[in-house]
Amino acid sequence: MKSYALFLGCTIPARQLNYEISARKALKALGIDLVDLDGMSCCAPPPIESVAVDASLAVSAYNICLAEEAGLDLLTICSGCFQSLARTNELLKRNSQLRKRVNQILSKIGKEFKGSIEVKHYLKVLHDEVGVEEVRRNVTKQLKNIKAAPFYGCHLLRPSELLKFDDPEKPRILDDLIEALGAKSIDYLDKLKCCGGLLRGYDDDLALELARDKVMKASKAGADCIVTVCPFCFINLDLGQIQIARKYNENYSLPIVHYPELLCLAMGVEAKELSPRSHRVKIDKLLEKMV
Amino acid sequence: MIRVSADFAKEVKKRLGGETITNCYQCGTCTSSCPVARVTNRFNPRKLIVQSLRGKRDDVLTGEMIWLCCSCFNCQERCPQRVEIADLIYALRNIAISEGNVPNIYSEFVSALYSEGKLVKVAGFTEKQRENFGLPPLKKPDVEAIRAILAETSFGEVLKVLEGKE
Repeated sequence: MKSYALFLGCTIPARQLNYEISARKALKALGIDLVDLDGMSCCAPPPIESVAVDASLAVSAYNICLAEEAGLDLLTICSGCFQSLARTNELLKRNSQLRKRVNQILSKIGKEFKGSIEVKHYLKVLHDEVGVEEVRRNVTKQLKNIKAAPFYGCHLLRPSELLKFDDPEKPRILDDLIEALGAKSIDYLDKLKCCGGLLRGYDDDLALELARDKVMKASKAGADCIVTVCPFCFINLDLGQIQIARKYNENYSLPIVHYPELLCLAMGVEAKELSPRSHRVKIDKLLEKMV
Repeated sequence: MIRVSADFAKEVKKRLGGETITNCYQCGTCTSSCPVARVTNRFNPRKLIVQSLRGKRDDVLTGEMIWLCCSCFNCQERCPQRVEIADLIYALRNIAISEGNVPNIYSEFVSALYSEGKLVKVAGFTEKQRENFGLPPLKKPDVEAIRAILAETSFGEVLKVLEGKE
């Protein structure tokens, strides 16, 4: 069993228990041991990079230091955390000048970025380390009737040169992992286009317009659900649909599920154990189709 | 040719994230790859860059355009000149914020990180729910360590700017 330091981030433990519960259950069942370390903070994502890039790098590097001290690779659930941490890790490993600058800041609290660990997103771990075949073997309830629209989001894929997750223009990892559950991973227009989630709070109308486009196109392609991996995609597409109904008078009722929720259901976990009430768009329709 | 007004371009180039700005040859691959530009003409990354290169400092830093990037990195991924466009926009936002042009939502991010070490607070109700679902109690961030780090970066200056505004 391989152990990872779990980086939970801010949004998932506070707002999306459906994601945390399902990810922990699924990874444990597939032989991945997650260690909760003391002291982990915010990953310092785009909202903080927008304020001060140097602060973002330093806070992000600080969290990497905690995992280095524990001698464990870092595993993230949130794609936003993945981008911040993996990018910082790679940048500081490559750029000695930048590393020096960040280490000077970290020295004030007795820390040093050494570059001794990897930052990984759990989808990559499932795909490359556990393996698609092993995931398939653990499925007890084939999701044969489900047409799932995979949504990779942005911060899992780009900038690909630093994140090295998958082909940024033609990714397969999430599609393969969906098909391992017996479900059909469907293609839809603008599959890789951003959901607009990060515009929330600055321009909610614009964020909603982008979310609407996404939900509309997946819906037209006949999806039973959109499969997400990022908590901000989830909010914008799930809560977003309640707001779309109000603003545009359009009712899509398209369930939004995080990949590990689907995985847990396929491994026989009862829906009620996965905090179904974290969803604003009811997932009952999807669950009925699984029977 | 783009008439580069050297001062502002130099200023941006010196910033973390802004280093690649002068690579731009205005092909527009960024704008045609941009999901925001597809639905509104209020945002156009190619124009934002040319405005910056032409030294339109005030227009760039006080206008709304720099805040309308959704940070999807599609432009950055596709730029044939390897302009790190999303990073460049962070650099422009950093300058704007350091001069007191701070959208409300960003003031909230700043105070959340400084006071909690996290961006989202966990409600008492959620802690109870976590327990009911058998999730482990949440480990706390080391807020003192985070504050000590922030004080050594330009974030410290931003805090002063925000205090001055109150």
